This record gives sequence, structure tokens and C-alpha cells, in this order.
Amino acid sequence: MLFLLLKYTLLYTVVLMMVALGGMFSERSGIINIALEGIMVIGGLAGVVAIQFIPATWNVVAIVLFSTLAAALAGMVYAALLAFASINLNADQTIGGTALNMLATALAMVIAKGVNGSASAKLDYSNRAFIYDIGPLTVNAFLFIGLVALAVSTFVLYRTRLGLRLRACGEHPQAADSVGINVYKMRYIGVLISGVLGGIGGMAYIIPSVSSWNFEVGVSGAGFLALAVMIFGQWKPMRIFLAAIFFALFKSLANIASSTVLASLNWTQNMYNMIPFIASMVILAFTSKKSRAPKAEGVPYDKGSR
Amino acid sequence: MDKKRSFSLGSSEAFISVAASLVCIAIGLALGLVVLAIINAEHAFGDGLLVILKSGLQSPRNMGTVLANTAPLIMTGLSVGFAFKTGLFNIGAAGQYTLGAFGALYCAIVLHLPWYLCLLAAMALGALWGAIPGIFKAYLNINEVITAIMFNWIGLYMVNDIMYGRGQGAMYDLSSTKTYSLRKVSPGSMIPSCGMSDLFGKLQSVTIAIFIAILFAIAVYVVLNKTTFGYELKACGFNKNAAQYAGINDKRNIILSMTIAGALAGVGAGLYYLSTVAEWNPQVSTALPAMGFNGISSALLACSNPIGTIFSSLFISYITVGGTKLSTQYYTKEIADVITAIIIYLCAFSLLFKNRIRALLRANRRSTEALKGGEE
Repeated sequence: MLFLLLKYTLLYTVVLMMVALGGMFSERSGIINIALEGIMVIGGLAGVVAIQFIPATWNVVAIVLFSTLAAALAGMVYAALLAFASINLNADQTIGGTALNMLATALAMVIAKGVNGSASAKLDYSNRAFIYDIGPLTVNAFLFIGLVALAVSTFVLYRTRLGLRLRACGEHPQAADSVGINVYKMRYIGVLISGVLGGIGGMAYIIPSVSSWNFEVGVSGAGFLALAVMIFGQWKPMRIFLAAIFFALFKSLANIASSTVLASLNWTQNMYNMIPFIASMVILAFTSKKSRAPKAEGVPYDKGSR
Repeated sequence: MDKKRSFSLGSSEAFISVAASLVCIAIGLALGLVVLAIINAEHAFGDGLLVILKSGLQSPRNMGTVLANTAPLIMTGLSVGFAFKTGLFNIGAAGQYTLGAFGALYCAIVLHLPWYLCLLAAMALGALWGAIPGIFKAYLNINEVITAIMFNWIGLYMVNDIMYGRGQGAMYDLSSTKTYSLRKVSPGSMIPSCGMSDLFGKLQSVTIAIFIAILFAIAVYVVLNKTTFGYELKACGFNKNAAQYAGINDKRNIILSMTIAGALAGVGAGLYYLSTVAEWNPQVSTALPAMGFNGISSALLACSNPIGTIFSSLFISYITVGGTKLSTQYYTKEIADVITAIIIYLCAFSLLFKNRIRALLRANRRSTEALKGGEE
């Protein structure tokens, strides 16, 4: 039972952390990415479809690598739509993101039904390649991918020239431009990274836990939860990691509550589902005075303005 | 002279907005055709796009379905648009709509109240759910988008939990796995049809709801454009600091506009469920009601103009109903959602279209003026 809790907590931690890290890269470069939910849906769909098309005779590692690559690519392409609208066309970033969220669910259902050739948006797939048993504990391939993503993200953001430039564009793009940094390019990089991480995160949410997914529900708010994780994590990788663990714990309790001692509390699943959202509001309320978002986020960069 | 010029400028501005929206719609439909062609090229036009564009008018019943879905959409569109006008993004319309549905259905199924009281309850609960992001924004400076998103889900889980009540909820009908049908348990709580359903092929869900929604649209228009209160709200949206400097209480106004926006969305749910367009399903509703998010589409397409919202809502319901009439042999009904979403994506940068159209108009005017000058 404890192992079950651990299994789900690990699963959700990785998902929320990766997607929130993606959001962090985008917002640190100055673009609000509310489309994380939609990116997750598209990435998840691409991953699932890829698994269906890859012959099952392939090597396990190859299956994992190729399907994850498909999810990452799909997420990146989809995020490019956000980048195009908000960087090239100076569109309102929140509205563009909302439109992409709506488009993602509709598009995913159309594609899923097309792949199925039926009126159901439910796709079946095998997730055997992704799940390993270590003693009594079940872990999935995304745990390793997630940990690598965390380490690389921290390194890139704080220890490389790219990271420094990216952060500069989110804080004071005019200053960054004045020393020769291409603000548009940096913001594109930020949004595309968020697409890669969001796409993989969407796949990590769908594949390890069940072996069929109905795309009618999208990813049922996980992308928005990741957004809260990012804010709670104050746009910093390690804090995002800790925030993700906290949120994941509550989300897992919802899954296993009925089969544990918690059942005596007589709470319904809906109540557990509510807790992460309530918790994030309470935490936001207490930390809002100290909260510091990237200064220039949400503002289209205009070369001419001072 | 001066007055005349400002008038003509105003109307040309409205013309530009309408033109920009029409450009969005045209491109959206064209891209929709591309999607249809990718799925099944042979039938894309005749069995695809034409069906979406024609079905809504094909029979009185279809027209009735369009109207029944338009009424709540106008309300959620007004909700989002009203908030936009006051500088706030109400992404929480879906949650406010959910609470409104609960209020309306509780008063109808459990308390058997007359329809106008049920509608009032829907309004009150929607207003409450709208006020919360307003309060968080005004006193804690938390972005209303974040709060609204969180409370969308909190509201959804809460309402589902109460309605389902482990299968024994007072409003839950075990045999249909949805809330009880108002037509059977509380006909007195249904919004009266006043002969509307006879006009539209005896479709029971066509009621005076559409007129109520239009009245609300006019009321919102008047409040925003003809009253001091509306002016103050808009002033806060344009420039919070300037409004504060002019002696406007910005905290109060933020909360008030979110409350009103929530009330409008709540009424939308009331109009939908009290017209018995559908019943609420608390068990599989793991997704927020689409009506709330479509309100964003409707408001954006109308550039947040309350009167324009009536027409944009009509259009969105029209193509959504058209989508359901697609032959399942070739296509799925979500194609219509794809088209709507593409249109909204385009709306996000409608400013660009507007500038293009403005430049075109100016070039036109200059050339005609040049011609005139030549004649003289």
C-alpha cells in the first residue's frame, strides 16, 4: 500500500515537475504559457499513437526513446503556434494560449477517432515497455527522463550563457537587446523548450498509469495544476521539484484512498481531487506578497519602446 | 463638424472590428476545410463544410436546437466580454456556470421553486464563484486567471460530489445516471416556452430563454456605455492607476466586475438547464462544461461588444449544431470545435487584421480624395 502511494506520487511528481519546468522556461523568457494543458494533450496523443505504430517486436529502449521523441516533437510543434502568435504577431498571450487549449482537445478527439476509425476517442495501447518493477516498487521510464530533465534544466538555466540570456529577456528585454541578444530568438527557444517538456509530460501522465485513454477528457486539468506548481515553485527548478512532490502526494491520495486506512475518513474521490487546487490557492494567498514573477512576462517585446 | 467626425470615426472603428471578425471566420472556415480534406478529401466540401454551414437552417427542429444553445452561450459570452471590458480575463466562466447549474437544479428538483427563482439562485451562486477571483485579485494581487482556473476545478468537483452524493444524492436519478429530468419531476420550474417550441418543430427545449439572454445583452450594453458605473469599471480596465487617481475605488470595482461576470455566467447555466436542453451528469463530468470556454470564443469574436455577442454566439452554436449533423461515416462532430478554436486563435491577433484593414481603408480614402482633388 505504501508502495502504491509511492508509485503514484513518483508518477505525478515527474509529470507535474516536467510540465512546470517547461512553463518555467517559457515564462522566464517572457511568454506566459497557459497552453501547457493543450501541449500535454497533443504530446500525450502523439506518444500513444507512436506506440501503436511502432512494432511490438522492437527493443524496449527503442520503443521508449522513439515514442518519447514523438511526444516531444509534437509538443514542440504545437508550442510553436503559441510562439508564432505571441512573438511574431504580438497577440495576447493568455488568449492565444486559451485558444490552443480548446483546439488541443478538439483536435485530439478528431485524430483519436480517425486513428480508431470509430466514434470512440478511446485509444488502447501497451505500456509494458515503460514499467519496471524494482522489488515491490513499480516505477516507470519517465522517472529517469524526468530526473535528467531536472538536472539539465537547472544547469542550463543557471550555468550556461543560454540560460542567462533567456532570463534577461524575461526580466528586461530592452536591456538584453541593447547588449546584442536576439530577444525574439530567446523567447522562441523558451517556448519551444516548454513544448518539448510539456509534450513528454503529457505522455508521462497518460501512459504509465493505464493502458487505454479516452481523449474526451484531455488531461483533466493536469496542465493547469502544473501551472500552479510553477508559481508555487517561484519559477525556480529546485523549488518546482519540491512543489511537484507536494502536489503529487495529494493527487495520489485520491487514487488510493478507497483501499487504505484513509477509507475510514469516508471522503469521496472528488474531495481528494479538490485538495491540490485548494492547497495551491491557500499557498498562493500566503505567498503572494513575496511572489516574484519574471518582470516582463506577458508583454510583447517592442523594439521601439523604452 | 467635430462631432460629425468623431461619429464617423466611431462607426468606421465598429466596421473594422466586424470586418476583422469576418476575416477570422473566413480563414477559420478555410482551414476547417483543409482539416476535413486531410481526413477525407473526397467528401470534404459536399458532405463536410456544406453540412456544417447548412444544417442549422434545414429544419425547424435544427433551428430550435441552435436557439436553445445560443441563449446560454450569449450569457457566458457576456460574462467573459464584460470582464474583458473592465480589464479582467474571466477564464472562470466554466466554473461559475457549473455553480449556476447546481443552483438552478437544486431549486428546481429539490425545492420545486418557480423558474424565475431558480434562475435567481443560479445567478447568485455564479456571482459568488465570480467574486472569489475578484477578491483574490483586489486584496492579494493574485492574477485572476490563476484563481479562476483553480476554482473552476474546485467548483466542478464540489458540485459533482454533492449532486452524486455516493449515488444517493437528492438530485441524482439512478436510472438515467444524470440529474432528474425537470420535465418529469418539476415542470413548474421549467422556463415557459410561450409557444416557442411549437414554432420550432415541437422541440421542448426552445423557450423564452433566448429573449432573456438578449435582454441581458442589452442591459450589459447600457450599463457599460451609458452609466457612470460602467464608465468607472472601464476606466479601471484601461488604467488602474489613473482611475485610482481620479478617485475611483479600484478594489471595489475589480470585485464588482468579477461578481457581475460570474452572475451572467450563472444565469447562462440556468437558461440551459431550466430549458431542459440536457441534464447534468455528475459522474462522468471530469471535464468542465464546454459552454463556459465557448463563452471566451463568443466574446472574442464579438470584440467583447455585448450586442455583437448575440450574433457571435448564434454563429458558434450554428456551426456546432452543424457539426453534430456530419455523417459519422466520414467525420466526427468535433470538427466544428476545431473550426471554432482556429477562429479564436486567429482572433488573438485580430489587432493585426484590424491594422491591415485600417491601412487599406486609408489608402482607399486617399486615392478617392486624390481623384476628387483632380476633378476640382
